[in-house]
Amino acid sequence: MAKRALVNVTGKPATLMYPTTPAKQYDVSRGHIIIAIEDCIYCGNCQRHCVAQAITVDREARTWEIDRMRCVICGVCAEVCPKDCIFIEPDYPPSTVGSSVEFVQGPPAPPKEEKKPTAEE
Amino acid sequence: MSNRIVVPFGPQHPVLPEPIHLDLVLEDERVVEAIPTIGYVHRGLEKLVEKRDFKNYVLIAERICGICSFTHSVTYCNAIEHIMDIEVPPRAQFIRTIWMEYSRMHSHLLWLGLAADAMGFENLFMNAWRLREEILDDMEATTGGRVIQGTCKVGGIRRDIGDDKLGEMVDHLKKIRPLLEESNRIFTHDQTVRHRMRGLSVLSEKDAWDLGAVGPTARGSGCDMDVRSSGYSAYGELGFKPVTFSHGDCLDRCLVRSEEVLASVDLVGRAVAKMPDGPIEEKVTGNPEGEYFAFSEQPRGECLHYVRANGKKNIVRHRVRTPTFTNVPPLVKLLEGIELADVPVVVLTIDPCIGCCDR
Repeated sequence: MAKRALVNVTGKPATLMYPTTPAKQYDVSRGHIIIAIEDCIYCGNCQRHCVAQAITVDREARTWEIDRMRCVICGVCAEVCPKDCIFIEPDYPPSTVGSSVEFVQGPPAPPKEEKKPTAEE
Repeated sequence: MSNRIVVPFGPQHPVLPEPIHLDLVLEDERVVEAIPTIGYVHRGLEKLVEKRDFKNYVLIAERICGICSFTHSVTYCNAIEHIMDIEVPPRAQFIRTIWMEYSRMHSHLLWLGLAADAMGFENLFMNAWRLREEILDDMEATTGGRVIQGTCKVGGIRRDIGDDKLGEMVDHLKKIRPLLEESNRIFTHDQTVRHRMRGLSVLSEKDAWDLGAVGPTARGSGCDMDVRSSGYSAYGELGFKPVTFSHGDCLDRCLVRSEEVLASVDLVGRAVAKMPDGPIEEKVTGNPEGEYFAFSEQPRGECLHYVRANGKKNIVRHRVRTPTFTNVPPLVKLLEGIELADVPVVVLTIDPCIGCCDR
């Protein structure tokens, strides 16, 4: 123990000086979930598989929302997404006040109605 | 006839990381009876199995406990895999074993720190937790989570560890092994620790068997019981030997854990040396039908997951018997006849994990 005490006195601190030194982060760290909404087809797979029921997808309104306080960052949504447009970012979201629900509005639907009559004909 | 008084201990107490309540019946300063109350952190996770897909429920099973999390998910997956006759690829089994041993190391180091803190040995507490951070860093680098790994799935694992990373992990463990040995030496030889723990609250081997003690609590009393000997996951191929001590007092329960950390380091080394190549998961189709009891050795002892399924995607019944739950009767026995001042140390020596216990 005496050796350890000497090392402790003379050595660097074991902890990181956090705000000045950035926190440790790994490529695979599960920090928070993001979506590339342009690629989303609003299939609702992520909503059905979410164990914490944090994700709500609305096909009509073309919205995708996530409750950050409910989300347990398990990564199942990213795994089941057929378009691979949900990603896990390694950094933890900063602390916030107010609503924890993040609302993502998708771009308007591409005009598809024009194609249908031609296919039927 | 002396006067008896009842002193409440917990659910909030500086020594307790989680809430358990004990009514200590005292005669003078001596405990004559302890009446435990559990259920402060009951979350109904077992009931949730009826509402979630059986594959996704792995992530909830993992959240039963924040420390032995990975072992819970592996045990649940073992149960489902037995019901559905899924052959898990050997590489997945080996990597699961490595992560389970990492969980054990970090859990035991956490406990050793808490135990040191309970007897007022702050320096040793910091030392143990500093070593634990090294283990957690490797956990996060390989799984993405420090304590909730989320990498186990029915039929295998979600994430592979590359051979380079496995080598790095072994090198890292080799580097911190002398520090762990030094920390163990303090627990074995230091006067403060010995004075506080040697001969305190002896649990005889017979009592340990009769009262259903499991894990380090039983092994500290000389019971040679460790589910890893049954060879689930990859333990059968790693030449596993349980660590046992014979006195049955607080110090031996502590030494079992400090020795098991080193045993885990060796197990990880052997698992990496024998690591097979191949796929990491088996495709799962269909739904389970049947029932199975899966056992595993958690850091705190033997854990049992009972799963009954009826061929639908939701499971009918999931029952978890966690090690802390079975260690409560031995705890009540341990508390009888000791001084009030020793109660915190004795309560800690069963490594109570109330989150597990209440589920």
